[in-house]
Amino acid sequence: MSDLPTIFALSSGAPPAGVGVIRVSGPQAGAALAALAGRMPDARRASLARLRGADGALLDEALVLWFPGPNTATGEDLAELHSHGGRAVIAAVEAALAALPGLRRAEPGEFTRRAFANGRIDLAEAEGLGDLLTAETELQRAAALANLGGALSRQVEGWRERVLALSAEVEAVLDFSDEEDAAALPECFTWNIAALADELREWLARPRSERLGEGFRVVLAGPPNAGKSTLFNALVESEAAITSPIAGTTRDVIERAVAIAGVPFTFTDTAGLRDAGDDAIEAIGIARAEAELARADLVLWLGPEGAGPAGAWEIAAQADRDGFTPKAAALYTLSAATGAGLAALKTALVEAARASLPKPGEAALNARQYARLTEAEEAVRAAEHLTDPLLVAEELRRARLAFDRLIGRATTEDMLDTLFGRFCIGK
Amino acid sequence: MHSFDVLVIGGGHAGVEAACAAARMGARTGLVSFDLDAIGAMSCNPAIGGLGKGHLVREVDALDGVIGRAADAGAIHYRMLNRSKGSAVWGPRVQADRVRFKAAVQGIVRAQTNLTLVQGEAAALMLTGGRVAGLELADGTILDAPRVVLCTGTFLGGVLFRGEERFEGGRIGENAAKRLAQQLRGADLPMARLKTGTPPRLDGRTINWAVLEEQPSDGEAWTMSPLTPARLNRQVFCAITRTTQAGHDAIRANLHRSPLFSGAIAAAGPRYCPSIEDKIHRFGDREGHQVFLEPEGLDTHMVYPNGISTSLPVDVQETVVRTMPGCERVAIVQPGYAVEYDHIDPRALTPDLQLRAIPGLYCAGQINGTTGYEEAAAQGLVAGLEAAAAALGKQAPTLDRANSYIAVMVDDLTLQGVSEPYRMLTARAEYRLRLRANNAATRLTGLGIEAGCIGDERRAWWERRENLRKMFHVKHSERVHARKLADMGLPVRRDQGEKPLAEWLRYDGVTPEALAPWLADVTALDPLLAEEMAEDAAYAPYLARQDAELRDLRASEALPLSADFPYGEVPGLSNEMVERLTRAAPGTLAAAGRVPGVTPAALSALLVHARRLANGQRAA
Ligand SMILES: Cc1cc2nc3c(=O)[nH]c(=O)nc-3n(C[C@H](O)[C@H](O)[C@H](O)COP(=O)(O)OP(=O)(O)OC[C@H]3O[C@@H](n4cnc5c(N)ncnc54)[C@H](O)[C@@H]3O)c2cc1C
Ligand SMILES: Nc1nc2c(ncn2[C@@H]2O[C@H](COP(=O)(O)OP(=O)(O)OP(=O)(O)O)[C@@H](O)[C@H]2O)c(=O)[nH]1
Ligand SMILES: [Mg+2]
Repeated sequence: MSDLPTIFALSSGAPPAGVGVIRVSGPQAGAALAALAGRMPDARRASLARLRGADGALLDEALVLWFPGPNTATGEDLAELHSHGGRAVIAAVEAALAALPGLRRAEPGEFTRRAFANGRIDLAEAEGLGDLLTAETELQRAAALANLGGALSRQVEGWRERVLALSAEVEAVLDFSDEEDAAALPECFTWNIAALADELREWLARPRSERLGEGFRVVLAGPPNAGKSTLFNALVESEAAITSPIAGTTRDVIERAVAIAGVPFTFTDTAGLRDAGDDAIEAIGIARAEAELARADLVLWLGPEGAGPAGAWEIAAQADRDGFTPKAAALYTLSAATGAGLAALKTALVEAARASLPKPGEAALNARQYARLTEAEEAVRAAEHLTDPLLVAEELRRARLAFDRLIGRATTEDMLDTLFGRFCIGK
Repeated sequence: MHSFDVLVIGGGHAGVEAACAAARMGARTGLVSFDLDAIGAMSCNPAIGGLGKGHLVREVDALDGVIGRAADAGAIHYRMLNRSKGSAVWGPRVQADRVRFKAAVQGIVRAQTNLTLVQGEAAALMLTGGRVAGLELADGTILDAPRVVLCTGTFLGGVLFRGEERFEGGRIGENAAKRLAQQLRGADLPMARLKTGTPPRLDGRTINWAVLEEQPSDGEAWTMSPLTPARLNRQVFCAITRTTQAGHDAIRANLHRSPLFSGAIAAAGPRYCPSIEDKIHRFGDREGHQVFLEPEGLDTHMVYPNGISTSLPVDVQETVVRTMPGCERVAIVQPGYAVEYDHIDPRALTPDLQLRAIPGLYCAGQINGTTGYEEAAAQGLVAGLEAAAAALGKQAPTLDRANSYIAVMVDDLTLQGVSEPYRMLTARAEYRLRLRANNAATRLTGLGIEAGCIGDERRAWWERRENLRKMFHVKHSERVHARKLADMGLPVRRDQGEKPLAEWLRYDGVTPEALAPWLADVTALDPLLAEEMAEDAAYAPYLARQDAELRDLRASEALPLSADFPYGEVPGLSNEMVERLTRAAPGTLAAAGRVPGVTPAALSALLVHARRLANGQRAA
């Protein structure tokens, strides 16, 4: 389309790096490539080229690739320049591109948006790609790739087919009740609906993809001076929180997102829990700490044994100190100051997080998808408990609509095809 | 030289509704047909209504059409199909006495003001500058009209088949309209062939009724049209018999002699109403297929065996029917046959049923690839209203998938086209909980009054009813405590507090009858309205949910795609998608979503592109 600007962006990691891949997509991509490389390379074949600016100055020697549309990642003409990854080189090539007519820098996510608009990927895949672009940990990347690969779309298609088949059976009863073989719903009908509802519920219970974004939430709690901030700093490997021998040092909630062994975590340090007396600020801090405890996936309890929230891990901290009183049922005994026992805690944390986050390579639902699937599950569940076939049909239609919205499609004609393929209907 | 606002060709079910609707709108209308005495003839099964079809009849009637009242005038057997299911899928159906039905149609047609009947063969369309200007009859008469509605049924290129025999014509005993067919073929319209068939007619005096299970008329009081005060005719019985293995064997042995299997007929027939040879061929394992023996009238012995439409040779037909219980000595009065005919690909039509390629020319009925009287009548109504509205500068009633089966059909036809004769089914309507046969007047008559196509009698009826509705609303909003209902023995928990009666009606076991202490007096004023309002109350939560869905739908209906939308320029659309969309020419994005085979990816590409065009070029 001639009215669309051609966009470009560095699509590999931030410079400096070994190689910098600059992508150009849009109707002017070919012209831009020819302008910089001085010639048009063969389609879909890597070749070496000297890149020059408008003034003829040599910018870099680079590998160039030319993919004519529409069978490209974006559905448009696409060029790739694999240049040297130094900051100055990248900046120079980008400046030369920006100077060409009809070219501009891509906005964030714009390549994906074009791929979607050009029908190269569907909604779920687009979301997967979006997630991929923001993925920071190995786990996030694997989940995004699974969505991008269409795993979710395929799964939803499968459910949709099953609902379609169920609908066809109800419709046969509704529209052909005078036919002998479509008089009543088969016995396995309700059973099949229930099985589908259970499967959907099982999916809904799975960890969601935002969980990957937020990471596994670990909150450190305990009375003042228990060593929370010190342990927090050790876990996030930076001096993020102030520590001091003064009780009540930490007054607000401090959060840090880090990846340990490729698994995303959000660690939260909190104000020490005690009676705040008349310190209004500390009282607020304590209230916030309590709110954090409520939304934690896991609490590390550094206070007196048994006084922590239910399910918290008992941590015996500051084990190197004189007068250290061990806990009888401590899960981990450690010293954040010396690092003793820290590795064992980290390993355990990674294990716990992995169990509650989406499995690597498994499609995970984001908030939007979760909402649609919830709708589908509600509808299928309702259909299971209704007796009037008309209302059963309506609920199944609602489920279908939810699936269609999940992946972005709709039609009732294919339901009829399913219907007629399976019954001897005639009059 | 005669001049009209609207000319309708064909006096079948589509043509009659088109002509009367146009005349009701105030257009000077002419109805041209081969034989004026054949107006209102039923070419096949003398039954009107049924599942999905009954909805169409009630809707046409709600817009003051002909078919409902004529069906009542001819009805000799009433049955509410699907009575045991939810009311939204009840299918009112009557069997009509052919003669009485036809007489009623002719009576209505002749009494219609603004309508002139013209006997003759429409031979050629007159065009000026590519637009319709009028019609030339076979005898050379010229009729001027800026709008012409084509309702010629199976008469375009119709060929009849019976075993090895061939006849030309749309129905046994009538001509095929060959000249007109040639002209249309010449106009390069997308056309295709379909086939349909009819069973042999039997002499009722040769049937042994005594051994057969009877199916009586349903003994209730409902009628097709609310303007029919009561059932008019003596009611008759149908009987049920079945085909047998011996009959199936005879069919199998002669399959090669059926034009359907010999290859003589290549066109697709209706899956919903297959011929008996199709049934045996496809579902051969069945022991027998049910056959309804339906009397064709009060003053005739003709019986219509519903379920064995066939084009087998006459000798085989005879053998087959005589293997059915009760029919051992039956005589065939007229053998069954199949007919193959031309139809226009309805995707060539805009939603007002006008041909995109020939402005001013509308098509309705079987010519658009549908089957059935009711489907034909409903399209005739739409084409007549639209043609008249266009000629007079008025506005036809706005019909959409959420207010009528009529619009569901028109939308399906114009977007999806047909690959087999199109027949209405309730499954086609996604909003069927609100599209009930018994609330058609509520949905449509008001729209009809606004458009000006409703006569005085119906208007008065409707206004009375709307006043009553207000009284029902008052009653329904009365708040009653759960304890009171529980004390009456109704299945509600006592701790559920006080709710309006309308809400209590949603509870299982809380019927309008059970609420008689509050509702009996209004119910007595109009039992049918009472029933409709109680259903509205019971379905309310579902309807509310659909409202949200409809808001979304209307939002994407609001994104227009022009008739010449450049699909070829939308990046990422495959050639196949471009072809499908160009052919169907959906009017809006929502309609594009209903074009078969259009993928979600294609839709999103279209959405993005259409938005961009609609917003004007976004600065690069
Ligand atoms: C053999 C057969 C079996 C069928 N079986 C069934 C069935 O079991 N159930 C069911 O619901 N439907 C059945 N149908 C379908 C049903 O009859 C039609 O769908 C319906 O009647 C179509 O209505 P129409 O108004 O479109 O056309 P028709 O009712 O066919 O009317 C066409 C009219 O146009 C007139 N005409 C045609 N050309 C010209 C011309 N050039 N000039 C002047 N007048 C012209 C004809 O005289 C006729 O009056 C059957 C149809 C056929 C032919
Ligand atoms: N020797 C030793 N000292 C520690 C250890 N952990 C914490 N400390 C010291 O204990 C004091 C309090 O530690 P913080 O981490 O600030 O305690 P806190 O629980 O965050 O306290 P508040 O923020 O006041 O609630 C500081 O002086 C730390 O240096 C440890 O493992 N070993
Ligand atoms: Mg602290």
